[in-house]
Amino acid sequence: MPKRTDIQTILIIGSGPIVIGQGCEFDYSGVQACKVLRAQGYRVVLVNSNPATIMTDTEFADATYIEPLTPEIVEQIIAAERPDALLPTVGGQTALNLAIALSDNGALARHGVELIGAKVESINLAEDRQLFKNAMIEIGLRCPISEVVGTIDAALDAADRIGYPVLVRPSFTLGGSGGGIAYTPDSLRTIAERGLKLSPVHEVLIEMSVLGWKEYELEVMRDAVGNFVVVCTIENLDPMGVHTGDSITVAPAQTLTDKELQRLRNASKKVIDRIGLATGGANVQFAVNPADGEVYVIEMNPRVSRSSALASKATGFPIAKIAALLAVGYHLDEIPNDITRVTPASFEPSLDYVVVKIPRWDFDKFPGADRTLGPQMKAIGEVMGIGRTFPEALQKAIRSLDIGMVGFGAKTVATNADLLHVPTAQRLFQVASALEAGMSADAIIAATAFDPWFVGQLSDMVQARQQALPDGSTLEALDADRLRMLKRYGYGDAHIARLLDVSEPTLRARRIALGVVPNFYRVDTCAAEFEAFTPYLYSTYDQEDESAPTDRKKVIILGGGPNRIGQGIEFDYCCVHACFALHEMGYETIMVNCNPETVSTDYDTADRLYFEPITAEDVLNIIDKEKPDGVLVQFGGQTPLNIARALADGGAVIWGTSVETIDLAEDRERFHALMTELEIPQPDGATVLTRETALAAADRIGYPVLVRPSYVLGGRDMAIVFDPAMLGAWLDKHAEQLGRPVLVDQFLDDAYEVDVDALCDGDRVTIGGIMEHIEEAGVHSGDSACVLPVYKISAYHVEIIREYTERIGLALGVRGLFNIQFAIKDEVVYVLEVNPRASRTVPFVGKATGVPLARYAAQIAAGRTLAEIGFIEEPRVDGFFVKEAVMPFHKFPGVDVQLGPEMRSTGEVMGHAASFGHAFAKAEIAASTLIPTGPDAGAVFISVNPNDRNAVSKIARDLHQMNFTLVATNGTAEFLRSIGLPVKTLRKVSEGSPNIVEAVRAGEISLIINTPRGGQAHQDGDLIRGTAQLYGVPIITTLSAAAAAVQAIKALGSKPMQVRSLQEHHGLA
Amino acid sequence: MTAQHSQQPALLALEDGRTFPGVGFGAHGITTGEIVFNTSMTGYQEILTDPSYHRQIVTMTVPHVGNTGINAEDTESDKIWVAGFVVRALSPIISNWRAQRNLDGYLREQAIIGISEAPTRAIVRHIRERGAMRAALAHGEAARDPDALVEAARSSPDMSGWNLVDDVTCAESYPWTGRSNPDFYGEVAHTDAAPLIVAYDTGIKQNILRMLTDRGLRVLVVPASTSASEVMALAPAGVFLSNGPGDPAATTHMIDNVRGLLGKTPVFGICLGHQILALALGARTEKMRFGHRGGNQPVKNLLTGAVEISAHNHGFAVSADSELHGAEVTHINLNDGTIEGLRHTEMGAFSVQYHPEASPGPHDSLYLFDEFVARVTGAHQTKG
Ligand SMILES: Nc1ncnc2c1ncn2[C@@H]1O[C@H](COP(=O)(O)OP(=O)(O)O)[C@@H](O)[C@H]1O
Ligand SMILES: Nc1ncnc2c1ncn2[C@@H]1O[C@H](COP(=O)(O)OP(=O)(O)O)[C@@H](O)[C@H]1O
Ligand SMILES: [Mg+2]
Ligand SMILES: [Mg+2]
Repeated sequence: MPKRTDIQTILIIGSGPIVIGQGCEFDYSGVQACKVLRAQGYRVVLVNSNPATIMTDTEFADATYIEPLTPEIVEQIIAAERPDALLPTVGGQTALNLAIALSDNGALARHGVELIGAKVESINLAEDRQLFKNAMIEIGLRCPISEVVGTIDAALDAADRIGYPVLVRPSFTLGGSGGGIAYTPDSLRTIAERGLKLSPVHEVLIEMSVLGWKEYELEVMRDAVGNFVVVCTIENLDPMGVHTGDSITVAPAQTLTDKELQRLRNASKKVIDRIGLATGGANVQFAVNPADGEVYVIEMNPRVSRSSALASKATGFPIAKIAALLAVGYHLDEIPNDITRVTPASFEPSLDYVVVKIPRWDFDKFPGADRTLGPQMKAIGEVMGIGRTFPEALQKAIRSLDIGMVGFGAKTVATNADLLHVPTAQRLFQVASALEAGMSADAIIAATAFDPWFVGQLSDMVQARQQALPDGSTLEALDADRLRMLKRYGYGDAHIARLLDVSEPTLRARRIALGVVPNFYRVDTCAAEFEAFTPYLYSTYDQEDESAPTDRKKVIILGGGPNRIGQGIEFDYCCVHACFALHEMGYETIMVNCNPETVSTDYDTADRLYFEPITAEDVLNIIDKEKPDGVLVQFGGQTPLNIARALADGGAVIWGTSVETIDLAEDRERFHALMTELEIPQPDGATVLTRETALAAADRIGYPVLVRPSYVLGGRDMAIVFDPAMLGAWLDKHAEQLGRPVLVDQFLDDAYEVDVDALCDGDRVTIGGIMEHIEEAGVHSGDSACVLPVYKISAYHVEIIREYTERIGLALGVRGLFNIQFAIKDEVVYVLEVNPRASRTVPFVGKATGVPLARYAAQIAAGRTLAEIGFIEEPRVDGFFVKEAVMPFHKFPGVDVQLGPEMRSTGEVMGHAASFGHAFAKAEIAASTLIPTGPDAGAVFISVNPNDRNAVSKIARDLHQMNFTLVATNGTAEFLRSIGLPVKTLRKVSEGSPNIVEAVRAGEISLIINTPRGGQAHQDGDLIRGTAQLYGVPIITTLSAAAAAVQAIKALGSKPMQVRSLQEHHGLA
Repeated sequence: MTAQHSQQPALLALEDGRTFPGVGFGAHGITTGEIVFNTSMTGYQEILTDPSYHRQIVTMTVPHVGNTGINAEDTESDKIWVAGFVVRALSPIISNWRAQRNLDGYLREQAIIGISEAPTRAIVRHIRERGAMRAALAHGEAARDPDALVEAARSSPDMSGWNLVDDVTCAESYPWTGRSNPDFYGEVAHTDAAPLIVAYDTGIKQNILRMLTDRGLRVLVVPASTSASEVMALAPAGVFLSNGPGDPAATTHMIDNVRGLLGKTPVFGICLGHQILALALGARTEKMRFGHRGGNQPVKNLLTGAVEISAHNHGFAVSADSELHGAEVTHINLNDGTIEGLRHTEMGAFSVQYHPEASPGPHDSLYLFDEFVARVTGAHQTKG
């Protein structure tokens, strides 16, 4: 059947902020869907609350709404745009759940909107675990037995019947939030309570465990007439028990015979047909008993997913794009395969290489979090390595992680059978060390339950290394054959250099002299059976090169590697824009990145794609092959910046801001000297190497001080310390830092913080946006809400900021984007830091101003001036745009939710409106912070530290005037009474009941304002925040945020929220 | 010490002079055959034992081979038929609950030469550009003399015009009773009438026989030399024409047999059987550039419009432009438009070029066996 002509306008729902379990893979799938549907002539309306996405750029949809993803708001959009159809399958679980809500509340029917790509019944059938199991049994497939329960007691009974350990799985949650494995009734109680809370339907499944079974995932597609293909089979290295999102995974499956694989294929087909996936992509997960091959169905997701993004990158088969085409009526055999051009999409890719995905975690940012991996996903990002063999792919994936581990076994870590038994982020490296230490493969298999084949490969890698480089080997003695063997096992130059105790450049020079260089192969979906027209390449130490570089003028753009806290989708956004800009200027664009979730690694984003680690070795190899005119390192965040020097030394031409400038901005001493010369104030500070000098410096500067290691992103390990004792404690905790520079800064207590993004071409600076933080300095810029334009800062200070920004840009000789954080305290404007690169806020500023800063930056790097570009005036913003950060705390129970100088947010949302109050309210709602709409929602609990009492009085008064009941702990209560406000006193938990925690549990509290005296982990404070977190009661830990929230509550009380598309806002419609 | 780097050199030489190095496994010595490649990511055991690969050196495009070892069930005949085996990375260990032994030992025992660490993708791209050709594979001393090996390739026989059926067919007829493992194929609907099917063995894959018996058919396997009258004397409810190696046009004896049977009893042919049926109907066959070998080929059933992902293994095809004498095309390949299925309603004959029995490959096309059952039990009404 050709495409449907009975629908004209299609609404696409995005996945909202980046959270654990729902990352930027949905920007990738959303962009593909938007692009292909518009190319098909449909009018596309998009709604997504996440401003950092490419899909929310105005050119990807006809009407783009950056609005909260709630049924009410989306219905307003439907009413305004009158779409004929809604495509809910490319926006993750968020979009599916929203679609269900819109169908349940009748909105779709009311406005005559048809759901395409999925049916409500199938979504419910797939998402309700018990219904799903029944359906599976009906069609003769097996599932782990289980019972659905709604109370803790019922959970305990069920567990007795099923037998421990049991799995607890909440219905309808993302990435298994609130899931867990209970080995005892006690642990079951805790896990079940949390699970019941987190499940929107207050249900959890108590399920028989199949821990240790092999886990597989099949990525499949189906069209309207039932044509069915398996795009990719993925095998998990970590067996059942570790969420696929937290597992090291391998494609294609390696340890199944054809008979066993076809059994899974047949089962997938049955599942899809039974669930009734209308059209599109889905994945089916299986557990396979390694002892006898018994197959259990685990789950099916009737939508594109994180793993379908991985599968698309792994195979070259664009699942989301094709899913969108199927949803509008095409059949698989009517869609051409872009890569071969001559063959249709109705086929199953054949891989003649191996891909390995490794997740990236950020546990260090969440002290107190449980680091063991389980059924609930905890990873922040992931990398993919492509190689001809498993070892080559694995080594590339390890290099890609950017965690200082240069290869398998590159660092010795503590290991033993007990450690190996527990799944953690370290386990792969513990296996390496165990093998190096001579532990037997069988012992490792017994401890890890990894399939023997994988352990065999891993020990083969170690043996190959020991054989090629026996102890005492020297560079001189290393011959081409042994070096080539190491490279075929994927060993990186940095790793080999370390083993030979030489520098990486020395090793590299020797390797090239010996003629041991990689070739580049194409990812072609068909194992070379047909010619590939798409230059999607990976390196390998195998015969014959397929890269066929052109002699066009060309630029390499370096991506940011894995998403992590502090370096996320925003940087991929900038890379993609750089590609577009340079392509428009007639350059051949060459993208290098290793993050499979991204738009930048879509094979049609850049002219050529190298799916490779962002390391000096791998990038220089590409440069040697492509001989580009320039290399862009400022767009991918800190990762490419960190190798800029090595690339330059290796002969690369770095475009834009020079390596010298980068060093100058990041070298504390030199930068300080420059600021002094420019007469720009900085917080008093010192760089120290020893405990003594640190304490001395702090005394001189005066407490509180801010301490941190130098060269960090996202405020790693940064802390505000209030006295010598705390400083001592911090130094103990970071003893390894001693000997390396530690920065001690005067801490600017409740100062306003301001973020500036600007462009400089060497002769002129143009500011893109000046953002005022809602939270005061001390809350990391990445975690603080911010508003554009500034709304509380005097024009006088803004002028100073403009002036400083210009001075700094010119003095540094920036060529492209730079970002400055200022703090204003007692009428003085201080510079906190300058980042000579694209920043986290560039996409947000772009959405608010309509100015594509990243594109301009790329043009400047290519030699254009701001004048030539025509960007010489700071854009004015009408209305207010508020960016709010989204925190992952519910994934890490027990972690303190108080915001600080170390960034911990995973994503962001945006709200815009004519008034600040409404804009802030939208941002909070988009971040699913349920700020109370009125007094009937419940009382407001206030507990602030003594210094904050005066400041809190206005807030309390406003709330009182809006008829909110105020409750407070003793001290705060007395103070509020003293200024004539009625307030109910609640006891501290330690003082018995009635206490605040009980009140929260009883649902009497609708908002908590709690500012403990900085630093000291206050027993009660933690408990209160923890409980609020669990019960979804909004908790505000800074007074500035509290003040903003009050404005939001007022606004919502006065007048309902309005929606407006960006096109309309910027007069593009 | 691991499988990969303990071995002696091996060398693959093509008739056009191109050579590819690697390390050997399996037997030592020299072998010759037509170099072909297979893109299936699983199923090397079935491929090794498929008689259709007789006189062919098979290159696997999937890098890791041997992972799941060799088991007792997944064989398509009682021996390895490939002339040589080319892989990128022989697995150092085996891991699978059904595995009984490793690939290296299996090849050695049956005197078959293998090469690992070979640049398989380069080989495939070469064949894709130049077409399938004669090749020689050496393991051990002989691998050190490329020129001699290229000579060996050049002096080996050409596949075109080569009748290989007599090498692979059974010596005398035998009844087949084996069934497939229900764990993998499930319970299949079967007839209780137990009609007799005579299956011509021109290199028949055992999974075809299993698919027939699973459905309640009584199967007698007969040698290719069995004449039409001898077959009709058995009063079969239907005749099956099997897959097999070599040039179909050269199997004149089989073509005559089929002519003698057409119209007298329902006939179902697979692969070589399909080509022989077409030739018997008066159509032509031709050698393909490098054929189809793999488990991911999209075939369109023109009667239902459905797309089947199917297993292929053929280097010859029925010429698209040849006169079909009353037969209609029922299936085509969506990659290159080649004919994949035929039926001749009056003659009660139908056939497919690809492999509905899969093994290895997807099971999308098993319905063809049910259709055959329907025909031989008279239950069949022609669709479409
Ligand atoms: N019965 C079980 N026994 C052991 N582990 C399980 C079981 N069911 C699921 N798991 C593990 O939990 C993970 C998450 O379960 P899954 O059903 O995939 O939920 P999600 O929707 O979060 O992906 C799986 O990837 C698997 O590793
Ligand atoms: N001297 C200071 N006084 C108060 N707050 C500070 C000071 N220096 C940094 N901060 C806070 O710490 C956060 C992170 O510091 P920053 O220098 O920006 O490190 P990063 O490189 O992680 O962005 C800033 O956003 C700011 O809120
Ligand atoms: Mg899952
Ligand atoms: Mg900062």
